[in-house]
Amino acid sequence: MKKHSLSTRLWHWVNAIAIIVLFMTGLNISNAHRHLYWGHYGFDAGDAWLHVIRFPGWATIPGHYNLAVARDWHITMAWPFGLGVLFIWVAMLWNGHFRRNLMTAPKDWTPGAVIASLKAHSGPGAGHAHGYNPVQKILYGGVFGVLLPMMLLTGLAISPGVSGFAPWLVDVFGGRQSARSLHFIAAWGIFGFFVIHILLALTDWRLILEMFTGGKRVGAAPPTPPQPEPAPAAEEGAPAHG
Amino acid sequence: MVDLPRRSLLAGIAALGASACAKINDSEAAGSLFKAAEDGHRVLHRALAGKQGLAKEFRPDQRSPTFRGNGSVTVADPFYQEQLAKGFPDWKLEVRGLVEKPLALGLADLKALPQRIQITRHDCVEGWSAIGEWQGVQLGALLDAAKVKESAKFIVFRCADTLYGRDYYESIDMVDAYHPQTIIAHSLNSEPLPEKNGAPLRMRIERQLGYKQAKYVKAIEAVTSFAQIGQGGGGFWEDVAGYQWYAGV
Repeated sequence: MKKHSLSTRLWHWVNAIAIIVLFMTGLNISNAHRHLYWGHYGFDAGDAWLHVIRFPGWATIPGHYNLAVARDWHITMAWPFGLGVLFIWVAMLWNGHFRRNLMTAPKDWTPGAVIASLKAHSGPGAGHAHGYNPVQKILYGGVFGVLLPMMLLTGLAISPGVSGFAPWLVDVFGGRQSARSLHFIAAWGIFGFFVIHILLALTDWRLILEMFTGGKRVGAAPPTPPQPEPAPAAEEGAPAHG
Repeated sequence: MVDLPRRSLLAGIAALGASACAKINDSEAAGSLFKAAEDGHRVLHRALAGKQGLAKEFRPDQRSPTFRGNGSVTVADPFYQEQLAKGFPDWKLEVRGLVEKPLALGLADLKALPQRIQITRHDCVEGWSAIGEWQGVQLGALLDAAKVKESAKFIVFRCADTLYGRDYYESIDMVDAYHPQTIIAHSLNSEPLPEKNGAPLRMRIERQLGYKQAKYVKAIEAVTSFAQIGQGGGGFWEDVAGYQWYAGV
């Protein structure tokens, strides 16, 4: 039994490329109008709730201001990103990854569980714990359940072509300019996750390698319990880092 | 701790990615990839919305207090300026190209036709939005009056303004041309169009971005292809900057 299923690994790397390109082209697009608003309309900097900095060339794709090229990449990478979010959710529900590793129980949300998670994660032998602890479940759940779908849905809501069939989607977010603001906020949320994820992965290079090879489930219970698949006793190894 | 080989590996991957991006950016492969992605969005939007799916319309109290003018906000042409000062008494909108009955309509002619009023949101490619009430004539009705030919595949809008020394123009396909909210507007918020918003006539194509909403419209031309017009991109910004022809994303 692999630690990371093929669907997880495939999606992980396709999505990694997609979000890097989407984020860096998104910063280029942000430079076109550096003010964010709430509501349906907004064009006057005086009404903005946030004035965004001009992102420098090293942070953007392309490396100079070019709205057309940035939009070409953004619109293109929206496909693997959007379809990928749908794919990974179907795969996670199908293969039990969601139920096994991400779904939380009420007890996971107690302060005690959070403190225990943090202690286990920083003490000796951290990184070799079995399974996901409550904090990891909550953070990963927040990424899969909130940030990724929000990026996709706010991106759709900003598109005028979508208003022809899902005007309610724009209203759900409180208007197009609200959707645009939330698109920006969720992008930085994903960026924050991305930084922590990479820092933690770099603490043990085998974690990165395993995302290519699939790795092995370590510390699994004896392979004999006669339970139906997916075997609840088969604990995850240490996919835990961020 | 980060050891060196791993860091160089990552740097290598990043560099590979960056140079790959830079290389394929200008290549034909990238061009067709971008076009495929753009077409994919258009096909998906059309499949989900149908040809007639309406963009959201707003209540009068939801309008923005003003309506921003962007791109061309004035027209240098002396005839235009003279007409602007007089209220466009001699301005003619031509309907021409692949039509059996070419038309030349004055503002009074257009106002005598059945009108559509819609309060819609205008989304600029830069990211901002404004909401205003537009009044005008459905493009489909004009095309019917001019008896547009079956061979027409696109409608091109010829404009009086110039930017960077070029004539502004835009184009849409027949699905958007016959969309109920595609109108040639003469009024904004119950007033004649101000110069900055495209006086005397501008297009409203409500399911696409602002650069498709041609202003200062002089002529509507039915064509089979826009490959021979301008640089062949189907519009001013498409030619000059490489903007997407389908501006629904």
